[in-house]
Amino acid sequence: MTFDPFLAAIRFGTGLSPRHAPPGDVDAVLADLSGDDAMAARYPIPPFSRMQPGIATIKEAAKARRAARGTPQEDATTEAYRGLIQAAMTLQRANLHATLGRMIDAPIGLRERLVHFWADHFTIRARGNQVAHGVTPAVEESIRPHAAGRFGTMLRAVAIQPMMLLYLDQPASHGPTSVLGLRRGRGLNENLAREMLELHMLGAEGAFTQSDVREFAELLTGLIYDPRQGFTYDARQAEPGGETVLGVTYSDAASLDTIYAALDDLARHPDTARHICTKLAVHFIGPDPDAGLLDRMITAYLDSEGDIQTVMTAMLTHAAAFDPVKRKVRRPVEFIAATCRALDVAPDAVMALDRRRTREKLTTPLQVMGQPWESPPGPDGWPEADEAWVTPQGMAGRISWAMEVPVTLRRDLPDPRAFVEMALGPHPPEEVAFAAAASENRIEGVGVVLASAAFQRR
Amino acid sequence: MDRRRFLTALGCSVAASPFITPMAFASAPWDNRLVVIILRGAMDGLDVIRPVGDPDYAGLRPTLAAADGLPLSDFWHLHPALAPLLPLYESGEMGAYQAVSTPYRDKRSHFDGQDILEAGYGETRSLGARDGWLNRLLLATPGIETETAFAIGRDELKILAGDAPASRWSPDADLRLTPQAQRLLEMVHHDDPLFRDASAQAIALAHELRMNPVTAIDDDMMAEAMTGMTNRGGDHVKIAEFAAGRLRGDTRIASFSINGWDTHLNQRQGLARVLGQLSDTILTLRAGLGPVWGKTAVLCMTEFGRTARENGSRGTDHGTGGAMLYAGGALRGGQVAGDWPGLGPADLYQERDLMPLRDVRSLAGWVMRGQFGLDRAVIEDAVFPGLDLSSEPGLLL
Repeated sequence: MTFDPFLAAIRFGTGLSPRHAPPGDVDAVLADLSGDDAMAARYPIPPFSRMQPGIATIKEAAKARRAARGTPQEDATTEAYRGLIQAAMTLQRANLHATLGRMIDAPIGLRERLVHFWADHFTIRARGNQVAHGVTPAVEESIRPHAAGRFGTMLRAVAIQPMMLLYLDQPASHGPTSVLGLRRGRGLNENLAREMLELHMLGAEGAFTQSDVREFAELLTGLIYDPRQGFTYDARQAEPGGETVLGVTYSDAASLDTIYAALDDLARHPDTARHICTKLAVHFIGPDPDAGLLDRMITAYLDSEGDIQTVMTAMLTHAAAFDPVKRKVRRPVEFIAATCRALDVAPDAVMALDRRRTREKLTTPLQVMGQPWESPPGPDGWPEADEAWVTPQGMAGRISWAMEVPVTLRRDLPDPRAFVEMALGPHPPEEVAFAAAASENRIEGVGVVLASAAFQRR
Repeated sequence: MDRRRFLTALGCSVAASPFITPMAFASAPWDNRLVVIILRGAMDGLDVIRPVGDPDYAGLRPTLAAADGLPLSDFWHLHPALAPLLPLYESGEMGAYQAVSTPYRDKRSHFDGQDILEAGYGETRSLGARDGWLNRLLLATPGIETETAFAIGRDELKILAGDAPASRWSPDADLRLTPQAQRLLEMVHHDDPLFRDASAQAIALAHELRMNPVTAIDDDMMAEAMTGMTNRGGDHVKIAEFAAGRLRGDTRIASFSINGWDTHLNQRQGLARVLGQLSDTILTLRAGLGPVWGKTAVLCMTEFGRTARENGSRGTDHGTGGAMLYAGGALRGGQVAGDWPGLGPADLYQERDLMPLRDVRSLAGWVMRGQFGLDRAVIEDAVFPGLDLSSEPGLLL
């Protein structure tokens, strides 16, 4: 189980590509995480706070439309509102294109994979079509800059991300005896507090109780999102008094710094270290991670105060990382990107897909494959187990896509006999090489390789 | 690999392949069938089952209370777009229950409303829930197979999400392969049981759908049953055909959605369109199920009702109480059941919405009790924790 450049590109990157030589060593893989973010510059996705149309604009148009009902302005305001929703949908589509463009074009793709991992770890789902285009911009703003940095820094950014606050009902949460809580007769909403403790930090097995959830929820009161002003902290909504979470009592000063202090402590907690490292190992390598690998990652996490690049280095320099058995299935978005890489589809061919073609070639197939774009099933994100993806419907989606879509992205498909090695590396399974050669035509030959278990796995 | 070994490989794989008996599943725990259709967007129960006998109805709905309804009784008229279902109403195979709602109150958001409807817990617990009530029904039942329940269509269908196994199929998942491609695929999946089984089932399902469309079962019966269908080629019909096909086999529970009920604007046209789809769906299910229709209960549930008052754009806005439509030979149709709260200003919920008099979950609970013989305690503790099932609503035969 030594370093294997092809396996490295498949398991830790976005797949093999004739355009990019596989990484020569572990340092080359990890180098993907340092330096400028060239892919973000080349395939821009606006950060949430600067995206157009913004949530405030859409909400104001919706309000104007409601006010104009039954008046001569009804049609004009309706049209204006619909125009904004259309623009929002256009941005959502462009963000899918840019996401794929980055995965296709990246020399290795470890950074893209990590961004996807964290976006899934901190799952955000839009509530309603007025904010539907905000999901990927929220990731761009709060997750991507920190994907290989300090976990605690990312945690702070996510905790004040408007899309996360909206998703988990935080603006509705009032300190029961806060000024606004008393005035409005409103109380706590524990949703964000619970998901942060359980999903984002300590894990379901972590050492927290219902009392911790409640205290943490009190601590988080005051995190507000107002479409016009963006994220704000409103002390008038914050529960007065100090709160005790996992045995630590935090300042009774109602301020964002108090929240950050708690997040910093929780980010350094050993349960958080175990939870994050286990999730990373399972996601990248496979279920039931090697105990030695896990210990090493956890030690790296704790020693570095949650430095993700250090944790990834610990993972990649352990022999278990290069177990030749591929124990994970590529998720649908990864499968599509890996296909485009292997076939050397120009990113521009994806970027140029119009509304109808995006639906036919990307969003509907992703839905059939079980990964509807930006619509994970719940706050716990996409399923990790292979069995959740390799279902009859999921396979129908993957096989159909493999057989039908590649030729529409690149008319001159390669010779399937050569393509096998391009897609799978120098020692492809014998039956895949045979099947590629035995196909009736290029479309099916390429399709059979892409649909094979060998290509679907990483 | 040479040709000989290729053939040997194929031979081996055929021997071990699910292709031979692709759909030979273990028998299901019950014989009765349940279909839950989620009407997303909030159906206006007051326009679908019109209380024309209520003195306040016409005044609340200046343009919507037209005289084009189909009389069910002196008090109730049926929306004209459901005309194809009138014969079913008359033969006792379709009915409605008025003035119901989920526990959701006041905020009237579609997303939260649907989450609560599908999660089936109380209002607060439903919003963070990761499982749905049909899945908890499966969890409470021994002998469940993956095929016992099917989530059909593009929607996520949280109602079936959870720890119990359930199957899923979307009409978009059509798989067309040449015989050679199919053989080669089998080969490249052969050594990976997960891929081998899933692909074989996918190919078998797709094949079955193309070879045995439901319409081929009994053309005369189909022709008769489908009179009045508005759109035979639509996705909703494909979904209903697929559901019927599964339910004729080992599937016992199917759930899917019909979208488009959010009629803020020009409700007359918008509602007629989706009611046409609902009507097609029920007729397709009935025709496709054949004799099994007699054992089937179909529940059409929506996240909340709409305002009692028509709004300024000939539509209605998000409300509270609404109606549940139901169909199937296993239920007592031919009635508009439920108590009637009235539409006077003091009768309305917050002076704007139809007052819900019953939790819609209790109707589903009783139907499951009737169809699957569940203990009351299983429903009140496991399927809908904390629900009071209340008295039998008069839906069971």
